[in-house]
Amino acid sequence: MKLTTPAIAGTLESSDAQVTIEPGDGTIDLSIHSTVMAQYGRQIRETVLETMERLGVNDARVSVNDRGALDCTIRARVECAVFRACGQTENFPWGEAIRS
Amino acid sequence: MKNKIGREIPQEILDMGFEPYQGEGAKDGCEYQKKGPRVRAYEKPFESKLVPSIREAIVKSGLKDGMTISFHHHFRDGDYVVNMVMAEIVALGIKDITIAASSLGSAHDPVADYIEQGIVTGLQTSGIRGRMGEVVSHGKLKTPAILRSHGGRIRAVESGEVHIDVAFIGAPTSDCYGNARGKGGKSDCGVLSYAMVDAKYADKVVVITDTLVDFPNFPPSIEAVDVDYVVVVDEIGNPKKIASAAARMTQDPRDLMMAEMCAKVMAATEYFKDGFSFQTGAGGPSLAANRFLEPMLVEKGYKISWIIGGITSPAVDLLNKGLVGTIVDAQDFDVPSLQSVHNHPRHFEISTSQYCNPANKGAFVNKLDFVILAALEIDTDFNVNVITGSDGVLRGAPGGHPDAAAGAKCTIIVTPLVRGRMATVCEHVVTVTTPGECVDVLVTDYGVAVNPRRADLKAQIEAAGIKTTTIEELQKQAYAIVGTPDPLPFEERVVAIMEARDGSVLDVVRQIRD
Repeated sequence: MKLTTPAIAGTLESSDAQVTIEPGDGTIDLSIHSTVMAQYGRQIRETVLETMERLGVNDARVSVNDRGALDCTIRARVECAVFRACGQTENFPWGEAIRS
Repeated sequence: MKNKIGREIPQEILDMGFEPYQGEGAKDGCEYQKKGPRVRAYEKPFESKLVPSIREAIVKSGLKDGMTISFHHHFRDGDYVVNMVMAEIVALGIKDITIAASSLGSAHDPVADYIEQGIVTGLQTSGIRGRMGEVVSHGKLKTPAILRSHGGRIRAVESGEVHIDVAFIGAPTSDCYGNARGKGGKSDCGVLSYAMVDAKYADKVVVITDTLVDFPNFPPSIEAVDVDYVVVVDEIGNPKKIASAAARMTQDPRDLMMAEMCAKVMAATEYFKDGFSFQTGAGGPSLAANRFLEPMLVEKGYKISWIIGGITSPAVDLLNKGLVGTIVDAQDFDVPSLQSVHNHPRHFEISTSQYCNPANKGAFVNKLDFVILAALEIDTDFNVNVITGSDGVLRGAPGGHPDAAAGAKCTIIVTPLVRGRMATVCEHVVTVTTPGECVDVLVTDYGVAVNPRRADLKAQIEAAGIKTTTIEELQKQAYAIVGTPDPLPFEERVVAIMEARDGSVLDVVRQIRD
């Protein structure tokens, strides 16, 4: 998927993550802040990168501000931010690129 | 070497004279000589011990580089005393100070600066939070901090393991001779239980009050015969932060569900009979258990013989309804509790030694039937952590947790399975503050697990129709939700020693890697 605009999804509430995404410089540039960085930083990174790959995004600047979100929440926030950044607001690929 | 509960205690700590933990009750029956203070005699008549300022009291006390001072924490987050005294000590240029407090909290962030500046080089406390926890965890304190339970602190002071050179005791009221009470004045804190041992064992004792009352201020918690100097200041604390309004009962359905299960578990055991004794921590679900207990008491016609601990309004309510015979009180958390200790004829102030010292001739906790306590983490050996956060940084307090858990016949830990992304039930806690051998039952929102050491309790609980699971099963469920946590990045260096109640080393806390 090709990003066209900066977009944001999620909140800074406890157990949520706020994902900000914008078109990149040819690669994935990922920065993560997390309240559980020491124990889950690696897994958050893997989850974000997997989700981006599944959505076919390989050119983006992504910033995750995590407040202890579970993986399912992180995936959902990344997916939402990507579709917003692509300007897609309907005909989501439920059960295809978007899956649990 | 590994201690009895499998925690690695580095040789450098053993070389300092510490022993590894050998198990609950290992020191039972041992005899020792208490180490009394050096006392200046006041034989000639004189009228008053008042000195005009904290600074002058420090100078008169003879405080020097390298000495140990002490404080109590009855003013909790509203305390001004520690910061006032420390600011004067720093202004006087005295350094290499060890603070041996009953506890320290987020009100004491300035101490973090003194640690970084090398003025405070030793720390002995129950609680450590805020910036102080950060700087100690990052290795800024010159010597390892020593963390003790409330009972362990009394033992350490009385046996001379800690020698207090000067005790600074904040008191809501005092007379000019130093008879001091937790009652009255502008900063009422109810009781002065934690400070009693300091008054009896420190070489010099300074009482600091904001309300000077007529002599004699009786009955005193701190006796004038133990006090050298009295200082009057404008304010010793912020009353709003010393005692909260009546503890509001949690409305969180998860907390209520767990609280109800705690009460049901209690009622299923052999110890639930007329005249049992009871303690709860001040956490949401622990407190709410009182609410579910009340109808069970009424239905059976039972009365609780005594309640102990840090006291909160639910205990006072039960006392006022005639469902409790006596409250013995070592700390007050809210206004109804401190009003009750001042006014109710069956609500008494006790010393922290009476409460939970493992080295006296029998503390109240030794006769305790039930205690309900919280946990930051609990592992599959039932070891509990209430001192380090999930990031490995010091941010808690063992308090009376290890003491009550060791004493009670039935120790119930109540905690949600996960908090945010943190697994509360885990494979290995970051730091052991209460050994698993003192924990009997775990109540979570995903089920109840009984310590395999207590097959008797498991049978009683199941006979009452309560399903139980294993703690391993709960831990797996927790990891299935949040993922398996990566190990924390610790350095080798030990920044804090977690003492067991008996003074042996239960665990160590290592420096966190940036």
